[in-house]
Amino acid sequence: MEYIELFFKSIFIDNMVFATFLGMCSYLAVSKKVSTAVGLGAAVIFVLTVTVPLNWLLDQYILQEGALSWLGDEYASYDLSFLSFIMFIATIATMVQLVEIVVEKFSPSLYNSLGIFLPLIAVNCAILGGSLFMQSREIPTLGLSAIYGFGSGIGWFLAILAIAAIREKIRYSSVPAPLRGLGITFIITGLMAIGFMSFGGMLTGGDEGDKKEEKTAKVEKVVNQEKTLVANSKKEK
Amino acid sequence: MGLLSKKDASLLSDPLADNNPITIQVLGICSALAITAELKASIVMSISVLFVLGVGNVVISLMRNIIPSKIRIIVQLVVVAALVIIVDLVLKAFAYELSKTLSVFVGLIITNCIIMGRFEAFALGNGPWRSFLDGIGNAAGYGVILIIVGFFRELLGSGTLLGFKVLGDPIEKTGLYAIGYENNGFMLLSPMALIVVGLIIWVQRSKNKALIED
Repeated sequence: MEYIELFFKSIFIDNMVFATFLGMCSYLAVSKKVSTAVGLGAAVIFVLTVTVPLNWLLDQYILQEGALSWLGDEYASYDLSFLSFIMFIATIATMVQLVEIVVEKFSPSLYNSLGIFLPLIAVNCAILGGSLFMQSREIPTLGLSAIYGFGSGIGWFLAILAIAAIREKIRYSSVPAPLRGLGITFIITGLMAIGFMSFGGMLTGGDEGDKKEEKTAKVEKVVNQEKTLVANSKKEK
Repeated sequence: MGLLSKKDASLLSDPLADNNPITIQVLGICSALAITAELKASIVMSISVLFVLGVGNVVISLMRNIIPSKIRIIVQLVVVAALVIIVDLVLKAFAYELSKTLSVFVGLIITNCIIMGRFEAFALGNGPWRSFLDGIGNAAGYGVILIIVGFFRELLGSGTLLGFKVLGDPIEKTGLYAIGYENNGFMLLSPMALIVVGLIIWVQRSKNKALIED
């Protein structure tokens, strides 16, 4: 049940494009034709499904505070989380290269349809964003992180497919000249995002409130800790 | 300006209007829109990008002759990631609350297409000084749009600017609220950022007909 909930949540409620505006660059640049949009969307689903669990493992066993304790007790106090940006982006860049090589070797036809988009993906914000949200939302298990990556990918795919279809049709309507092209695409995306907001009530609304309270409680705890630290250091002086 | 030749000055001024990274080149929208609900966050975001792009452009331009072209993307990503980590740590140290609001979007400066785009298109082929000017110019062009969007969203959405209640107090009904003005809460929701940018593009292109697409 948890899996299904996270899956639908990442597709509709936390949709990459409409809720967090991730991957907007390629979303706007590659959505002129449906066929290319499908190619890029498929590549994004694939890369997200692979990189989010990989980065989850990295985060869990290397980067988090105390994550190195499996090496021995003396490593238990290490906190490498400040390195997470560089580790995540390196994982993504190497994964993308690897995927490109493997696909080229074993399936030239897939490579021809997908290949040109793969280098673009390394710098697609949706991919890094997926990993960063995975980290900041503290997704608990490997399976859930894979589902999260897959669901987010599908959400992105749906979004780019929809806008590409709309852009193919809108060419025949009389849009005011200065709005043609980019301007109208922005406004349509805004309207679609408003539409997607209505999915917000799809899952049990009660959870959200509790989670927020937990979060603020956490922040308060941290702030209090800092205050006591400051107070202690002042006393010492 | 005596310090800059005419060509160098155009590197700074072009991206502000006619070659704006957001409204014309369509780059860097990813991390831009979600954080513009208040002016302060937009300003901090613009300054961060200004730092990363200015310094990053110089670094890449200094290294441009020794980077093998096959692995240049990874080299670029590492340079940006290192700079972004600096920004992130500075924000966490001096503006903790704000870094919570920006959350993952500071990290997403790494994949901001403006930065990679400028590295590829400019820093790899030009000297450090010109690359620096280009970086500053483009980051400023990005910042201008962010600040305009942030200004309107905060003013119309919560009636404040940088946290100051410029339109009066909505609870005590002073200022504009006394004559029945209401905040438009819709402006605070993220879809409105897209629509505001769309409107900016409309205004800009109706002033400069050369930019109109077919």
